[in-house]
Formats: sequence, structure tokens, C-alpha cells
Amino acid sequence: MTDRDSRISPLPRLLKGVPSQGAMRLAAHVATHGEAPLARGRRKRRGSSALIDLVEQAGLRGRGGAAFPAARKMRSVHDARGRAVVVVNAAEGEPASDKDRMLVRVLPHLVLDGGLLAAQALGADEVIVCVCELESGAIASLQLALAERERSTGGARVRIATVPAGFVSGEESALVNHLNGGPALPTFTPPRPFERGVAQRPTLVNNAETLAHVALIARHGPKWFRELGTDAEPGSTLVTLSGPVEYPGVYEIEPGASLSSLIDAAGGAIAPIRAALLGGYGGSWVAAESPQQLALSSDGLSAHGASLGAGVVALISEQACGVAETARITRWLARQSARQCGPCVNGLDAIAGSLEEVAAGIAPAKARQQIARFAALARGRGACAHPDGAVRFVVSALQLFGEEFSEHASYGHCDGCTRAELPLAAHSRALVSAGR
Amino acid sequence: MSEQLRVNPIACEAHGMCAELLPERITLDEWGYPIIDQEPLSPELLEHARRAAQACPTFALILRRRVR
Repeated sequence: MTDRDSRISPLPRLLKGVPSQGAMRLAAHVATHGEAPLARGRRKRRGSSALIDLVEQAGLRGRGGAAFPAARKMRSVHDARGRAVVVVNAAEGEPASDKDRMLVRVLPHLVLDGGLLAAQALGADEVIVCVCELESGAIASLQLALAERERSTGGARVRIATVPAGFVSGEESALVNHLNGGPALPTFTPPRPFERGVAQRPTLVNNAETLAHVALIARHGPKWFRELGTDAEPGSTLVTLSGPVEYPGVYEIEPGASLSSLIDAAGGAIAPIRAALLGGYGGSWVAAESPQQLALSSDGLSAHGASLGAGVVALISEQACGVAETARITRWLARQSARQCGPCVNGLDAIAGSLEEVAAGIAPAKARQQIARFAALARGRGACAHPDGAVRFVVSALQLFGEEFSEHASYGHCDGCTRAELPLAAHSRALVSAGR
Repeated sequence: MSEQLRVNPIACEAHGMCAELLPERITLDEWGYPIIDQEPLSPELLEHARRAAQACPTFALILRRRVR
């Protein structure tokens, strides 16, 4: 692709030059993106905050779901006392998300560049890349990438840490707890990781995609970054699209792109689409009646009470059953509880039980009120946001599938109840696409 | 200077002492875990709140100065 082409078509950025098979090797990475501006020689104890300024001007927000301003997080670590540590979070416990493991597996050098550049800015001497223990492909790819780089790490040590599979394992405090030798379970904060994290040192925990963007911002600057997206959400973003489309997979889009444009990029729908679950299993359902009008941006989605979270767009077809899907995923979410906090353990189990009874048509008449009561008891009463996300998912399902819930409460299971469309095991990820 | 009650939900094991010692502000959910009413504590209640925090067998009830 010539420079002229890349001006006409500003996407893909992160996914530029993605090989059709295997990972992008170092030579191809440098040919595609250029060298990372990493200093040679010994690392300064206090890093240079020039990169933090660039990230701030770029307006980059964290891509792990919380959309926290990336520069603010970096600055907190930079200003904290002690030698910093950088943690690249690719644990990605969300079954409907694929982007972070895809980045690590296919574009390991882009992720490593981001982690090393952040380390340079913070004066950190260690970068820890966290990957789910089941992702053998991603781990192997990272190992190969590290071997290829040898000394071109700007002076920081890089190591790979495997993380137990689990929905809450990638939660920031769980990750730090795990790296400190404890279980991969959330802790009751404070202290926050930026103050005292890994080995009690100031720790920057950033999502893999966030750092991949940092790698490009360091090369091309904030103005370039803002050429895509909106003032509130500059840059491109990765989404994982699953459901009845020709090519499910990871796509790079401009925030504000419509749902229908994303579906088109994935080769179009292969069945009529009933609804979209946005933001993952802690996210919200949105009806898919007018996908042209559904803008995939925080502004566009907040009108529907939804957000893109970590970039999950999970579609279900009209043959699927919203009630059964909701009950199934809620049971899974209840089982994914770290089982540390009573209201989460008991509340999510009770909600899942009520949903299963409604789906089977054996629920007491007041089941809906009961679910609402359990939801209120679980929300905000855990050490982490797991119960809050599960409740958000259930409440939005009750709103969107209200009629179906009533029908099931009266007549029990429908024909669609056995169709399980939402992914629970890591789903097929044969295709990585770079469409809009 | 007002003080605020918080629960460490990981440490809490639903012993329920807090709700007995401070029923004015603490009720229990149906599984026995405390629900805290964040109405400001009067000086008189503050004394009871302190006692409730001290009595918690797992030190899960925390009384601390209100931030913001």
C-alpha cells in the first residue's frame, strides 16, 4: 500500500499489514510501522514524560473497558515513589472478546513496543506481559517475538506471565495479586496498583490494545491519532464481532461507525439479527432493528444505555431465544464469581436460578420482581465490578426481551431455547479482518 | 468531620454482629450480609458505630473519615 492509499483509507492502523497466517515478524513489523522511538543504553530512573504528553494530547482512553484516560494513569505511576513496573494486560477473560489475544498472537511486536515505550516513559525496568494460560499460540508467538528482539528492548526486561483462565482474572487488582504470588482474584483496594502494585512498586496496568495504540502515537503523534474518531473518542478501536455474520472476528473501526457498516465489513449477516449485546457479558443488550442508525461510539450507545466496553459486539439471530441466552450467560457469570463476596456469590446465583425458572415456565408469579430485588442486592456490593456488570446485563435483558420473558413465564421453553449462540468457550478465531 | 461506615466485602462472613450493635444504620440482606445506610452518624450513633466496628469478628466493618 502506498502513502497515497493510506491517506485515502486511514484504516487499518493497528491491523495494518496483518499477515493472513501466523504472526507478523520483526522485519515486517518494522517495515510496516517503522522503528519504535526507543532509546538505547541505560534507563533513567525517572522516565521522560514526553510520551505521556503525547498520549495526553492524543486523548487516548484505556481499551480494557473502563475507558479511563491513559495519560492520567501513566502520570500517576510516573509521579509515584519508587521504580515503576509495566503490566501489559492481555488476560482477556471475556469470552466474547478476542482482540487482546489476537494482538499478542498476531502482532506481538506492536504490543511489545507499547509496553517498552511506556516503560521508558516511566523509568520502569520491567515489563510483564500477562496472557491467559490456555492461549498457547499467543504465548509461543510472544516468546518468538522476544527472541527476535534480543537487545532492542530499550533496556527493560520483558517477561511473560501466564494467568489462570477466568472472567475476573484480568481485573487489575486480581492481576497484581497473582503477580505477587497470590490467587488471581480481585482484592479490596486501596492501595491502588499505581501506588503499590507488583512487588509493592508503582505499577502501570494497561490493556494490550491501549499499549498498541501508544506504540503508534509515539511514532506518528497525537495529531495523526486524532484524524480518526471524535473529540471524545479519538483514534481507531478494535471490536470483536461474533454471531450470524459471514466472517466473525476482530475488526478495527472508527468510533461512530454504524453497526450495519461493521456487519457489512464482516461479509454481511447470514440470518436476520434480533439483538446485539454490546460491551460483553457485563454489558447491555440493544435491539438490532435499525443497525444503520446504531453508532458504535459512547455517545451513540449511551442513548441506548449501552457502551462498547472492551469492544464486544455479540449478535444473536431471530431464531435465538433472548431469555434462554440470558439465563445461560447469567449462570456462567454466577459461576465466574471469585466467590469472595457474599452478595455476589448469593445474588448472582439467585438471579441465575430465577432466570432459569422463568425460561422453563416454572417460576413463581413474582419472579420478575424477585430478580429486580436480587439485582439491587448484588449491585455495588462486591470488591470488584463483577456483580455490577452481571446485573447490568440482566436488567437490560429484562427490558429488551420483556415480551419473551412473559411468554416463557406462562408457557415455558420455546423452540429457540436450545440454540446457544453467544460464545462461552473461546470461539472460533480463524479470521482477523481489518475492515471498517 | 464526618465518619463513614464501609464493609470489606471479601472479609465479611455474615456474622451479623454489626446489625445487632447498630440497627439504626445496618440491616442484613437475606443472606446475612450487611446493608449500610449512609445517613451521617450523630455523635451518639458514632460511639455505637465504633463499637460495632470493633466487635466485627473479621474486622470487615470499617469506620473511617469520609472522603469528599
